[in-house]
Amino acid sequence: MNRGRPEPVQVIKQRRDAALTSLVDGVPYAKFLGISFDRRGDELTAVLPFDEKLIGNQMLPAIHGGVTAAFLEITAVIGLSWQMLWNDIESGDAGGDMALPRMPKTIDFTIDYLRSGLPRDAYARARVNRSGRRYASVHVEGWQDNRQRLFAQATGHFLMPQRDE
Amino acid sequence: MTTTKPLDGKARGSLIRQAFAAMPHFQALGMELGKIADGKAEISMAYDERFIGDPETGVISGGAVSALMDTTSGAAVMCHPTGTMGTATLDLRIDYMRPATPGQRITAHAECYHVTRTVAFVRATATDEDTDRPVATATGTFTIQREEGGKK
Repeated sequence: MNRGRPEPVQVIKQRRDAALTSLVDGVPYAKFLGISFDRRGDELTAVLPFDEKLIGNQMLPAIHGGVTAAFLEITAVIGLSWQMLWNDIESGDAGGDMALPRMPKTIDFTIDYLRSGLPRDAYARARVNRSGRRYASVHVEGWQDNRQRLFAQATGHFLMPQRDE
Repeated sequence: MTTTKPLDGKARGSLIRQAFAAMPHFQALGMELGKIADGKAEISMAYDERFIGDPETGVISGGAVSALMDTTSGAAVMCHPTGTMGTATLDLRIDYMRPATPGQRITAHAECYHVTRTVAFVRATATDEDTDRPVATATGTFTIQREEGGKK
């Protein structure tokens, strides 16, 4: 390995942000719900800004359970793809104009609803508990005002895209 | 979802229809209510490019299918003959059998097959136009609110 001067921080940030943007832009449904991702190093936080069209129960009002499910699932898929891509982004093999590899496919997804989703912004973070050649297991936590008070959590299994042999 | 007074038979059906039609996210996804009666519900959703999860294949996002399954399951709980005032999802597991064929309508059928005083148990299936091969199945548990103004 060439131990020359490290790359300027802006170059690295730009490459990481470009990779993240093309990953998220690749999911039209994420855009439809208004989901974006904050990045700190390799840590991603999904953000779902509150919007009227996300309401499932007008009386409370509360975010639709299906929106919560979709939000956590998108967080899991993007988080898993991000981890899968990270080394390529760092080595400069991804993040430019390069086409991204296929997305992992959801095999199953289980959502545990802990509290009703309030009419506020929601956040979520995914943790990849296991990522093998074929299968991955991902856990996601969703919260609103307090990081410690989750409003939902989920676990899902995913089929990994087969990368070039 | 919460209603204000106990429902019976047909009144329940039409109130559920009204409540669902007014639900913002139900409208946002363009869902259409089919039959709802006796703890069984059918809701469908047209193919829409905004709901795509993987642009390379044009397949609808698992999240949109989850939203359809959750809504249909909730409708099945609401129309159960024992009379539910309101319900919320406690837990929902979705198994994705195959990608839905792009361009085709997705229809979910849910059945509330058991209720206790406080909990409803539901299973659901989603299909596209090939109704013999399910796209996804789901099992869930839902809260049941029995009394007016009562706690869940």
